[in-house]
Amino acid sequence: MVTTSPLLWLLVGLPLLGSAILLLAGRRADAWGHWLGTGAAAASFVLGVAQVMSLASKPADSRTFIDNVYNLVSVGSLHVDVAFRLDQLSAVFVLLITGVGSLIHVYSIGYMAHDPGRRRFFGYLNLFVAAMLVLVLADNYVLLYVGWEGVGLASYLLIGYWYHKPTAATAAKKAFIMNRVGDVGLALAIFLMFQQFGKVDFTGVFSAVGVPGASNVAHGVVTALGLLLLLGACGKSAQLPLQAWLADAMEGPTPVSALIHAATMVTAGVYLVARSNPIFNLSEGARMVVAIVGAATLLYGAIIGTAYDDIKKVLASSTMSQIGYMMLGVGLGPVGYAFGIIHLLAHGFFKAGLFLGAGSVMHAMNDDVDMRRYGALRKVMPWTFGTFALGYLALIGVPPFSGFFTKDKIIEAAFVKGGTSGVIFGVIALFGVVLTAFYMTRLMLMTFFGEKRWADGVHPHEAPTVMVWPKVVLAFGSVAGGFLLIHVIHVQTWLEPVLGTPAEGKPVLSTIVLTVIGLLAIAGGAGAAYMLFGRRAIPVTAPAAGVLVGATRQQLYADSFNEGVFMRPGQYLTRALVYADNRGIDGGVNGIAAFFGGTSGRLRRLQTGFVRSYALSVFAGAVVITAALLLVRVA
Amino acid sequence: MSPTAYLYLAAILFSIGSVGVLVRRNAIVVFMCVELMLNSVNLTLVTFSRINGTLDGQIYAFFVMVVAAAEVVVGLAILMTVYRTRRSASVDDANLLKY
Amino acid sequence: MSSFPWLLVIGAVPVVGAVVVAATPQVRKEAGREDAVRWVALGVSLLTFALTVGMAVGYHSSGDRFQFGRSYSWIPQFGVHFAVGIDGIALVMILLTAFLVPVVVIASWRDDDSVPTVIPAVIPTGYEGAAPHPDVAVVDVADVVDGDGRHSRPAGFFASILVLEAMLIGVFAATDLFLFYVFFEAMLIPMYFLIGRYGTGGAKASYAAMKFLLYSLAGGLVMLAAVIGVYVLSARTGSGSFLFSVLSDHNRLQMATSVQLWLWFGFFIAFAIKAPLWPFHTWLPDAAAEAPIGASILLVGVMDKVGTFGFLRWSLPLFPNASKTMAPLVMTLAVIGIIYGALLAIGQRDLKRLLAYTSIAHFGFIAVGIFAFTSQGMAGATLYMVNHGFSTGALFLIVGFLVARQNSSSITDFGGVHKVAPWLSGAFFIAGLSSLALPGTNSFVSEFLVLIGSFTTYRVFAIIATVGIIFAAIYILLMYQRTMHGPLLERNAGMRDLSWREAAALIPMVALILGLGFFPKPALDVINPAVSSTQHDTGQSDPVAPHPAADSVAATEGTGK
Repeated sequence: MVTTSPLLWLLVGLPLLGSAILLLAGRRADAWGHWLGTGAAAASFVLGVAQVMSLASKPADSRTFIDNVYNLVSVGSLHVDVAFRLDQLSAVFVLLITGVGSLIHVYSIGYMAHDPGRRRFFGYLNLFVAAMLVLVLADNYVLLYVGWEGVGLASYLLIGYWYHKPTAATAAKKAFIMNRVGDVGLALAIFLMFQQFGKVDFTGVFSAVGVPGASNVAHGVVTALGLLLLLGACGKSAQLPLQAWLADAMEGPTPVSALIHAATMVTAGVYLVARSNPIFNLSEGARMVVAIVGAATLLYGAIIGTAYDDIKKVLASSTMSQIGYMMLGVGLGPVGYAFGIIHLLAHGFFKAGLFLGAGSVMHAMNDDVDMRRYGALRKVMPWTFGTFALGYLALIGVPPFSGFFTKDKIIEAAFVKGGTSGVIFGVIALFGVVLTAFYMTRLMLMTFFGEKRWADGVHPHEAPTVMVWPKVVLAFGSVAGGFLLIHVIHVQTWLEPVLGTPAEGKPVLSTIVLTVIGLLAIAGGAGAAYMLFGRRAIPVTAPAAGVLVGATRQQLYADSFNEGVFMRPGQYLTRALVYADNRGIDGGVNGIAAFFGGTSGRLRRLQTGFVRSYALSVFAGAVVITAALLLVRVA
Repeated sequence: MSPTAYLYLAAILFSIGSVGVLVRRNAIVVFMCVELMLNSVNLTLVTFSRINGTLDGQIYAFFVMVVAAAEVVVGLAILMTVYRTRRSASVDDANLLKY
Repeated sequence: MSSFPWLLVIGAVPVVGAVVVAATPQVRKEAGREDAVRWVALGVSLLTFALTVGMAVGYHSSGDRFQFGRSYSWIPQFGVHFAVGIDGIALVMILLTAFLVPVVVIASWRDDDSVPTVIPAVIPTGYEGAAPHPDVAVVDVADVVDGDGRHSRPAGFFASILVLEAMLIGVFAATDLFLFYVFFEAMLIPMYFLIGRYGTGGAKASYAAMKFLLYSLAGGLVMLAAVIGVYVLSARTGSGSFLFSVLSDHNRLQMATSVQLWLWFGFFIAFAIKAPLWPFHTWLPDAAAEAPIGASILLVGVMDKVGTFGFLRWSLPLFPNASKTMAPLVMTLAVIGIIYGALLAIGQRDLKRLLAYTSIAHFGFIAVGIFAFTSQGMAGATLYMVNHGFSTGALFLIVGFLVARQNSSSITDFGGVHKVAPWLSGAFFIAGLSSLALPGTNSFVSEFLVLIGSFTTYRVFAIIATVGIIFAAIYILLMYQRTMHGPLLERNAGMRDLSWREAAALIPMVALILGLGFFPKPALDVINPAVSSTQHDTGQSDPVAPHPAADSVAATEGTGK
C-alpha cells in the first residue's frame, strides 16, 4: 500500500540548499547565482517528474510514497515526524510547483537582469519553492504548518524585495500579518486534532474522524475543525474576509506575483481543504461555509477587478476571484473536490502566463503599471500579445481553451449538487463569468488595442528571448491544459483515491444548456467591455466616478474597513496602553515607593536636633512604660 | 527608721533631676541634673540592697559611679569644645545634628 | 556516576575568574592591560562553557532524576545543606547560561571602539552636505557613559558578569531550598551594579537599578517567609530540612491545601516578579533599557528564567494542590501578559524597551506551558526558556551593535539599514523570526508545544494565547520595517556592517536558532524525563484523547521509520 521512497526529501532539499548557498555566499555568488537557483528548481522538477512517473507506474490503490526523514518532536503522546508523503494529490502539486516554478526562474533571469540584488531574489525564490514543497508533501498537519508559514515568509521576503520602497515594505508586512491571522486558525485546528484524536498526521486524524455514517466524533468538533481550517485557507488564499493583502502584494517583482500570488502559494488554501476532505465530508455546515466564502470572494474579486487601472492589481483580483471558484468547487464536497483542484492546475498555467505577460509589458513601459498609459502594444510586442491573448481566452473560458473545461465543471458541479444553495452558487458562478469576461476584455483593450497613450520617453520593445519562451510554454498550457487534464489524463480519476469517488448525479439543468449559458455570459461580459472601452478613447486620467464605480475603485471599502475597525483602534489601544502602563501599573509601583519615601520624609522631621526634646520623649517613654507596668501589676 | 523614706528621697531627687534636664538650657546644669538622677538611682540601689540584705545593689552602685565618672570626663570635654567654638553652653544652640 | 565534582568546579571557576579579573592591575590609558582583563574574562567563560559541555556529555537522560549531586552539611542546626544536583531542566538552563556568558564577553569587548567619536570618516558621495545629527556623539561617549570610572570599567564589569554567572549556575543547580534562596538573592547584587554602574548612566540608570533591586528584594522577602514556613513544616514531621528530596515528599509533609496555598503564594510573588508576569513587570523595561547590552542579555535571557524555573522546580513539586488550584489565576495573568506585552511592544519607540515588552509576552507563554500540567506544555515551556535566551539574546545583541554605531536605541533613528549593513540586518531578521516563532526557528517548537499542551487542559487560555502570535508578527515586523527597511536615513549612510568580533558573538546564536529549529530533539531528550518527573510530583497526567486514532493506523504511520 505505502512505499518508502528515500529520495522524496531531496525534492525539498535541493531548492533549500540552493537558497542557503545563494543567501550565505554573499556578493561572490552574484555572477552565477541565478543559474544555481534556476538549476536547483529545475533539478527538483526533474526529480519530481521521476518520482511521479514511478508513482504512476504503481497500481491505483498503492500510489503513496512516504519518506520519514527524522523525528522532529516527541513529547508524551505527541509525535511529529518530518515525513513527506507523495500521493496523487501532492503529485499534481509537485509538478505544478516545480514546473511553473522552473519556468518562472528562467523568466526571472531576464526580468531581474538589471537588478543588483538578483542573487538574493533567486535565493528567496528557491526558499519559496522549498517551503511550498514542504507544504504539499507534508505527511502531517504540523509539517504542513511549517511549510504554510514558510511560504508566508518567502512571500514576505519577495513582496518586500524592494524594501527601500515604503509601500513594498508595508505591503509585505500586511501580507504576513493577515496570513498570520489565518495561521492561527490552522494552528488551533491542529491543537484540536491532537486534543481529540491524539494524532496530528493525516492518516491518524482521518482514520479517527471516520467516514460519514460511521463516525463517532461529535459533530461540533468536526465543524469546528472545518471552520478553523477554512480560516487558515482564507488567509493564505486571500479569501474574504482576509483578502486585502493580495492586491498590495503586487508590490513585489512580477515573477513573484506570477509564481506565488497566482500559481502556487495562494492556492494552498484550496489544497488544505481538499487534503482535509475526510473532515469536510463529515460536516455539511463547514462545507457550506467554504462554498459561501468561495462564492462571495469570486464575486468580490471579479467586481473590484473591473475598476483597477493597475494591470497587476486587475490580475490579482482575478486570481482572488478564480480561487473563489476553486473554493466553491471544493466546498461543494465530493462532487467538486477534483474539479477545484483541476481548475487550480489550469489556472496555475494561464494566470502565471498572464502575469509574465504583464511583467513583460511593465518592463517595456519602464515599470509603469497604469493601463491608462498603455494602448496599442500588440504591434510592438507581438509575442507578449500572442501569449497573453491565449491566457486571456483561457481565463474567460472560451472553448477550447483551458478555463472553459475547468470552470465549466465547477459550475456544473454546483448544479449537480442541486438544492437552493446549489442553484444559487451556480448562478453566482455564472455571473462571475460575465464579470471575468468584462474585466479581462477591458484589460486587453486598454493594454494592447486602441491608441498609444504612452508617457513621454517610453519606448516599448519586445522582451528578450529568455523571457519569451517561458510564456510560450505556459501559453501552450493555457490552450490545451484543460482538455488534457480532464479528457486525456483524467486527473479526476487519478485523484479519486485521495479525494473520494463522487456519487453520480445529474445537474439541474442539462450540461449543454449550462455550456450555452456560460458562453452567452462570456459574450455578454466581453461585449459590454468592448462597448465601453473598445469603441471609444480611454482617458489617461481616470474620469470622475459615480457611487458604484467609486466604491469599486475603493475595493468596496475593504481596506477602509480594516483600517477603521482594526488598525486605527489598534493604534489608539496600544497608545492608551502605553500610557496606562506608565501611569497605571508603573505608577502604582512608583506610588508605593513614593508612599514610603514620603512617610519617612515626614517622620524624619521628628529629629529636631534639640537634645531636650529627645530627653522629653525619653522621659515620656519611661513614664508610659512605668505606667504600663503598674497597670499590669494592678490588673 | 524605715528604709522606705530613702526611697521617697530618691524619687524626689530623681524628679528634680529629670525636670532639671528637661527645662534647663545650660549644658553644665543639665549635666549636674543628670548626676543628680544617677545618684538618686544609686541611693535606691543601696536602699534595696539593705532591704534585701544582699550586696548586689551596692556593687551596682559602684558601677554606676564609675560610668558616671567616665561620662563626666567625656561630656565635659565635649562641652569645652562646643563652648570654644560657639561661645555658648546652651544645649539648644547645638542642634545641627538633625533630620 | 562520575566522581569529578562537576557542578562545584563549574560554579567555582567563574568566581575564581572574577577575582583574577578584578585583581588584574590596570594602568590608566594603557590599552594592553585592559585587553588582558578581557582575555582573562573570555578564557574563564569559555573554560566554564567547556566544562559545562563536558558535564552535559556525561549526563544520562535515562539516568537518575538528579545527577552530579553533591551534598554537604552547611548549617546543621537548621538542617541546611550545600546540596547541588541537576535534572534535565537545570542542565539546559546551565548550558544556556554558560553559552551566553562568552557571547556577552565578546559582545561587550570594547563598547567604546564601535562608538563613532565623530561622523564616520567615509561618507559616501551625495551625503557631503549632511549636517551632523545632533545626537551623533562628538564627545567620546564612553566618558559620558562611565563618568569618572572609565578606566576601571572593564575589570569591574567583567568581574560582575562572571560573579553573576556563578550565581546563576548556583541557582539552577541548588537542590536545597535555602541554598536556592541564597543564590536567588545574591544574584541581584552583581546585576544591580551592572545596571547602575555600567549601564547607560545618569539618573535613569540609578532609578532602574534601584527599582530592580527593591522590586526583586520585596518578592524575595515574601518568599523567605514561605521558605521558613516550609522548614517549620518539615521540622514538625522529623528533623527539619531544606532538601528538595525531603520537601517534595508529600507523604512526609502532609500539607493541608490551605497551608499549601499560603506557602505557594509566597513563592509565587517572588517568581512572578522575577519572571516577570503581568502586572509585576514594570521593572523589566526600565532595567533592560538602562543596563549595558551584555547585562540585558543575561538579565532577560537567563535571570528572568529563574522565576519560571522556580515554578517548575519548587512551586509545582512542593505545592501540587495549590498549584493546581491556582493555575487559572496564573493562566489569566500569563495570557494577559501575552496580549498586553505584545500590544505595549507595538507601542514602544525604543528598541530595548520594545524587546523587554516582547519578553513579557514570551514569559506569558512559558507560564502558560508550565501551568498546563501536561508533558507537552512543561517540556515546551522549558525549551521555551532556552530558546528565548537565544532569540531575545540575539536581538539584544544586535540592538547593542546598533546602539554602538549610532549611540541611540530609538527606532526613529534607524531606517533603511539593510542597504548598508545587510549581514547585520539579516541576522536581526532571523532573530526576529525566532521571536515571532516562525517554523524552522527554535522558538516555533517550544511555542507549538506550549500551546498544544495547554490546549488539552485549558482550552480557552490556549486559544487566547494563540491569538498572541498575530501580535508577535506585528511587533517584530513593525520594528524590522522601521529600522531596516524603507529609505536609507542620511545619518545611517556610513554605518558599518558586522565586524568580525560582532560576527563571532552572533554566528553561534544564529546557528543555534536555526539548529534547534530543525533538530530540537537533543534538547527535548534531556528535558522530557525531568518534565515527566515534575509532572509526576504534581500528581497530574496528560489527558487522553476522547477519540483516539485506531492502533492499526499507528502501525502504518510508523512504516517509514
